[in-house]
Amino acid sequence: MSNHVSTYNPQSRFAKWFDERLPIMRLVHDSFVDFPTPRNLNYLWTFGGILSFCLVAQILTGVMLAMHYQPSAEGAFNSIEHIRRDVNFGWMIRNFHAVGASMFFVAVYIHIFRGLYYGSYKAPREILWILGVLIFLAMMATAFMGYALPWGQMSFWGVTVITNLFSSLDGIIPGFGTAIVEWLWGGYSVSGTTLNRFFSLHYLLPFVITGLVILHVWALHVAGQNNPTGIELQHKSDSVPMAPYAVMKDAVGMFAFLIVFAWFVFFLPDYLGHADNYIEANPLVTPPHIVPEWYFLPFYAILRAIPSKLGGVIAMFGSILVLFFVSWLDTSRVRSTKYRPIYRWFFWLFLFSCLALGYLGAKPAEGVYVFWARVFTAYYFAHFLIVMPIVGLIETPSKMPRSITESVLGPGGGGAGTPAGAAAAPEKR
Amino acid sequence: MVPYQRGRRSFVKLSMSKRVSRTAGPSPFDLHVSHQCKTPADGNGRNEEAHLAAEIEDPNRRDVLVLAANAFAAVGAASLIWPFVQQMNPDAGAKALASTEIDLTPVKEGQAITVMWRGKPVFIRNRTKDEVAAAAKTPVTELPDPEVDAKRVKAGKENWLVMVGICTHLGCVPKGQTMADSKGDFGGWFCPCHGSHYDTSGRIRKGPAPRNLEVPPYEFVSDTKIKIG
Ligand code: HEM
Ligand code: FES
Repeated sequence: MSNHVSTYNPQSRFAKWFDERLPIMRLVHDSFVDFPTPRNLNYLWTFGGILSFCLVAQILTGVMLAMHYQPSAEGAFNSIEHIRRDVNFGWMIRNFHAVGASMFFVAVYIHIFRGLYYGSYKAPREILWILGVLIFLAMMATAFMGYALPWGQMSFWGVTVITNLFSSLDGIIPGFGTAIVEWLWGGYSVSGTTLNRFFSLHYLLPFVITGLVILHVWALHVAGQNNPTGIELQHKSDSVPMAPYAVMKDAVGMFAFLIVFAWFVFFLPDYLGHADNYIEANPLVTPPHIVPEWYFLPFYAILRAIPSKLGGVIAMFGSILVLFFVSWLDTSRVRSTKYRPIYRWFFWLFLFSCLALGYLGAKPAEGVYVFWARVFTAYYFAHFLIVMPIVGLIETPSKMPRSITESVLGPGGGGAGTPAGAAAAPEKR
Repeated sequence: MVPYQRGRRSFVKLSMSKRVSRTAGPSPFDLHVSHQCKTPADGNGRNEEAHLAAEIEDPNRRDVLVLAANAFAAVGAASLIWPFVQQMNPDAGAKALASTEIDLTPVKEGQAITVMWRGKPVFIRNRTKDEVAAAAKTPVTELPDPEVDAKRVKAGKENWLVMVGICTHLGCVPKGQTMADSKGDFGGWFCPCHGSHYDTSGRIRKGPAPRNLEVPPYEFVSDTKIKIG
């Protein structure tokens, strides 16, 4: 944390010489080795590290794909087949990247719901949370443009439908929406020009995300990590040094994640995608059923739940924008949902609504599906705008431990207890 | 006076930085300030005032310079936004493709063809007498986007319906051009994406699309030839 005194102790004369000129090793040591980590973190806290891994993996595999990919309407589809069949290990790198995008979203959704459950968005972590929402938005833009690149039918029609969302602005200022859409396309329809600029931006945005991640981690290290009790660190016995404790736990979580990742890459590489994307883009034939990638389905369901075009677009963007304000919408004094007997039920209802919207987004927009999509869309917004402010005011939190140490060792154990391992660690902190 | 106030405020900053830099060694501020102020200011009230008078002018002049420089840089940067945004709009090549000529002789009554114009599909249907009659007698008041059929075709050529084949909802290509296609509840076109039904005049009748299928600018260059765009 910010008030934490540096314990870096250069071991060689060179390290000392270097530290006086560029204290980067000191920064790494204080931020990732001797950083005080709450002793009660569970596996949900390993997803931050997993997400950092995902970002690096996407950039590495993406740069390699870009060496063989052709961003033109004529060449794109064939260059993907070329990567899959001819390029040495191209099939594997491509699967890493395509599956990696899905795994990235699995991790980010777990990470977000972790934050929602344990109240990690509450003071003093508002900026940390807002940076997270910005990263999420940038990830969505990146993945949307990446999905355009193979130039299959779903790529083409997904881009057509989503960019056309902006034409709904014609309903506010006539002609304005159309102007925006033609500007995005660089023509009067989705074309190779559009593909080319999407490739440029798809290459750029991950580096913007990297910058946002650096700010996100910085903000994290100012406020310190939240933990399952939502109680701040008070005593020395409440925390352990990040290395080796949190680092090892992160490694265990990461390996479990990588097993699932590898399972998809090597055994089910196309399971998460849509078969129609192996048909080359054809501007004259719309596939009978356009669906986005699975990670966009809840938002797609919200878009289609609203009967008006402009209204649907507003609801869809609103469903993400509302996340920026949760720090202020939640009025509870208690962070962790563990100690919130009423809110807890609403939390699970909210999670269920999101999953249900995901299911409905994949179904045709007709009959009973539309009805339920409307019900869950209504709850999605009600959760943030009604439940969060009101429940926080009326609820009596259940009894909380006095400190993190007490939550681990039980009453009486507080203060005296130090985990066996931590006692052996340098005590200079 | 506003400029005076601004000057004073920056004077305070200046003298502070002067004091700091005195211990840290000479700085550009130091040099500049000390040639204005020949007497040591510390401790003596009158000298302090003289010192103030001497310095106020100077930061004032600097404020104007800074303001001018910033304004210049801002205008310069802003003027670059225009070309940087503009480069993404449809280019000369895309605009050059903006018109195309089509021979209608092969299209018999009841048949339809699809041609490309500006990268978009254009539907051309040679409507049957029944279709024309149905389109003409639909009461306009029943339509979500009221428009009479006569406005959507050329006088004397009522059988020819020419429209951009792009659903006004989110841009799918509606079905209805071939014999086997579903033509929707109103015998025109049907968009499968989110279920929009268009009638034999290409007007929206049911579903989420807000507007009728667009009629592009076109004219008959001869009895059997049209030019779109
Ligand atoms: C935030 C990180 C990234 C995400 C979420 C992401 C996501 C995606 C997605 C979803 C696809 C479509 C995969 C498919 O269905 O085939 C894709 C394709 C592609 N991406 Fe990325 N990407 C990221 C970073 C990068 C970077 C940094 C580069 C280049 C330097 C890159 C280059 C490519 C290329 C060349 C393709 C086309 C090949 C293919 O479709 O497999 N990506 N990306
Ligand atoms: S695009 Fe045609 S109904 Fe949505």
